[in-house]
Amino acid sequence: MVGQRKWNRRIAALVFLLPALIGLLAFQLVPMVSSVVISFSDWDLLSKWTQIHFIGWDNYAEVFKDEKSYTSIKNVFLFLIGYMPLITILGTLFAVLLNRNIRGIKFYRAAVFIPVITSWVAVSIVWRWLLNGQSGLINYLLFKLGIHGPIWLQDDHWALVAIIAVTIWKDIGFVSIILLAGLQDISEDYYEAADLDGASAWSKLWRITVPLLSPTLFFIVTISLINSFQLFDQVLIMTNGGPAGATSTIVEQVYKNAFQFNKMGFAAAQSWVLFLIIFTVTMIMQKLQRRWVVYER
Amino acid sequence: MLKKSGAIIILAIMMIISACASNKGNNAESSAPATSESPSATVSESPSPSSSETPSPSPSESPSPSKEAVTIKLMMYTANGQEQTLKGIVDAFQAVNSDVTVDYEVVPYADYDTKLNTLLASGSEPDLFEVGYENFRTYASKDLLLDLNPTITADTLFKPEIYKKLAYDAFNYNGKQMGVTHSFSDVVLFYNKDLFDAKGLKYPDASWTWKEELEAAKQLTDAKNGVWGTYAPIQFYEFYKTIVQNGGGVFDSEGKPTVNSPANVEALQWMIDKASKYKVSPALNDDTFNQPDADLNAFKEGKLAMARFGIWNFNGFKEAPFKWDIALEPGQTQKAHHFFADGLVASKNTKNAEAAWRFMKFISSDPAAVSLRITAGWSVPAVADEAVMDAYYKQTPPDSKKIVSEALDSLVLPPVGPKPEKWNELKTAVSDELDKAKLGKSTPQKALDAAQKKVEELLSK
Repeated sequence: MVGQRKWNRRIAALVFLLPALIGLLAFQLVPMVSSVVISFSDWDLLSKWTQIHFIGWDNYAEVFKDEKSYTSIKNVFLFLIGYMPLITILGTLFAVLLNRNIRGIKFYRAAVFIPVITSWVAVSIVWRWLLNGQSGLINYLLFKLGIHGPIWLQDDHWALVAIIAVTIWKDIGFVSIILLAGLQDISEDYYEAADLDGASAWSKLWRITVPLLSPTLFFIVTISLINSFQLFDQVLIMTNGGPAGATSTIVEQVYKNAFQFNKMGFAAAQSWVLFLIIFTVTMIMQKLQRRWVVYER
Repeated sequence: MLKKSGAIIILAIMMIISACASNKGNNAESSAPATSESPSATVSESPSPSSSETPSPSPSESPSPSKEAVTIKLMMYTANGQEQTLKGIVDAFQAVNSDVTVDYEVVPYADYDTKLNTLLASGSEPDLFEVGYENFRTYASKDLLLDLNPTITADTLFKPEIYKKLAYDAFNYNGKQMGVTHSFSDVVLFYNKDLFDAKGLKYPDASWTWKEELEAAKQLTDAKNGVWGTYAPIQFYEFYKTIVQNGGGVFDSEGKPTVNSPANVEALQWMIDKASKYKVSPALNDDTFNQPDADLNAFKEGKLAMARFGIWNFNGFKEAPFKWDIALEPGQTQKAHHFFADGLVASKNTKNAEAAWRFMKFISSDPAAVSLRITAGWSVPAVADEAVMDAYYKQTPPDSKKIVSEALDSLVLPPVGPKPEKWNELKTAVSDELDKAKLGKSTPQKALDAAQKKVEELLSK
């Protein structure tokens, strides 16, 4: 009879989990498994199932031969080099500034967070307008300062810089709020003790704040790494991968191959290569974290 | 992380699912901005809907035999902005074909191909849908379209001569009639008469070559006030036409790519020189001119003396505070004009081939439908009847509306090439190189050499 009750509980649990499970199956597991299968085929979206051929590793071989794949991977790493250090440093700075008891602090915190909750589409369109080389506000302000601004989004050197800047502007709120939570988790006792010992502001930052904040920093670094590899929305809208491929990214290539060129198999293979890259980099990060991340307890 | 990498595929599946739940008239918002993919003068600038008087059912239409009631689904993109006109046509059709209900959906051009492909992939495509000539070749080659020959043979009253032969034949694939062109459009030279008058210059005419265009443009340009003599974008659609004006082409007569032929290189050089050497066009890196519809707006503001625009922009310029007209495009060694044919095709899986055929005929040739379209300025019907065309010509501006038909004597079809299914890739491959030439990162020769190599590679696969 005890067994019966146990079963009832299991069924009850299953029933409660069902909505989530169905979602997981329909929108994640099934598509993922299908994408593996598709990546070994020449499916072009329009062919019937009977016309599809399985072509082994050809799609994967093609990914490594494809010049555009390399350009897009290179661009993503360039993005990463600009984006990651800046967002971490600026995020920490903002977090420190927001971690004070001054008048209207809640307003400042909200203001910093607003870009985060705004849609990428809206933000990208507004920035495209601000960054307009001839009539944009950014270049107007630069002109007032005596600087002749570049044609941001039409210039193959500056387009990626502009994308990095806009992405930092959008993400900084998220990063600093997370870091702010991390900061507030650090007990005041440490600082009081340090003050009694006559520690300088610099050594307080370097020996107390940074080590105790390192788990949060690690989280931020990992998240922004993954986000960088998936760079897409802002690129599609602001530059569409241009000019001449200067802001082309991996996901943008996957999208174009799949939905504009109908090369579903190739695009699926590309997305699995992307997965492997993200997986490898994240694993390396995990290994490295032991060197610098300090867990208090 | 696993979740993240599958994101794009999840997206795909979600799109299929959302597309299945076909939502009628969700055309209000097209999120993505028009990209460089769309033809030179973007289709997005569709004429504003004008009067939509209820049509009188035409008596000429043979009363349909009483049959089982059927519903046919229809999806179109050229009706974007002309929903009222389409509704009028559908109402008029249903009035004389009481057994057929037309369930129509209008999807903006920017999202249309993706949506249609997804519907086709999931086997839930509408009975009737609109395609342009270049996509028609792809779908026909994939065996997705209904061969209309048996239906046409059975329809003894039908005569193909009611259509312009050229437009009707555009939807013939290997001897099979697989659709009917309901309208066509082309691109011609628009010019601002007031600006010409101010300089005392002769208006452009059919005898003009690039030389005369440049001479006039030099005098018309007033850079200080932001007035430019002439303008044409540097992108793939403009490129494939301009090279023909210089005796070149993307493919030779045997379908071999000739992207880097001397005539083509010379033509691209000319396209670039207009801005960078002669300064009669806006600078190539002018951000404003790279925005969608910027050229149309500049013309409307009287800042462009000459420009190459699609005839679907007539309505948009109606309110312009100056006099304007159209002319044939100047060609160098010969004339060449874009030709875009939009037709309706039926899905191979449709169960209502006969009803679908009746609607195709109706929207493309019935006097009630055609007059509605002409009144509303929705492209040009492809009918052969000159009386109908006269009604079209009489709607001014522009005064020289007959140019629209004259341009067809030197039309250039999109260079789809021997492998229609590679069209989008071919377009992108050449566009990327054109971009490099435009940015000055590459010379026209080098850019077209690279494009030639890419196209050869594409076709060899």
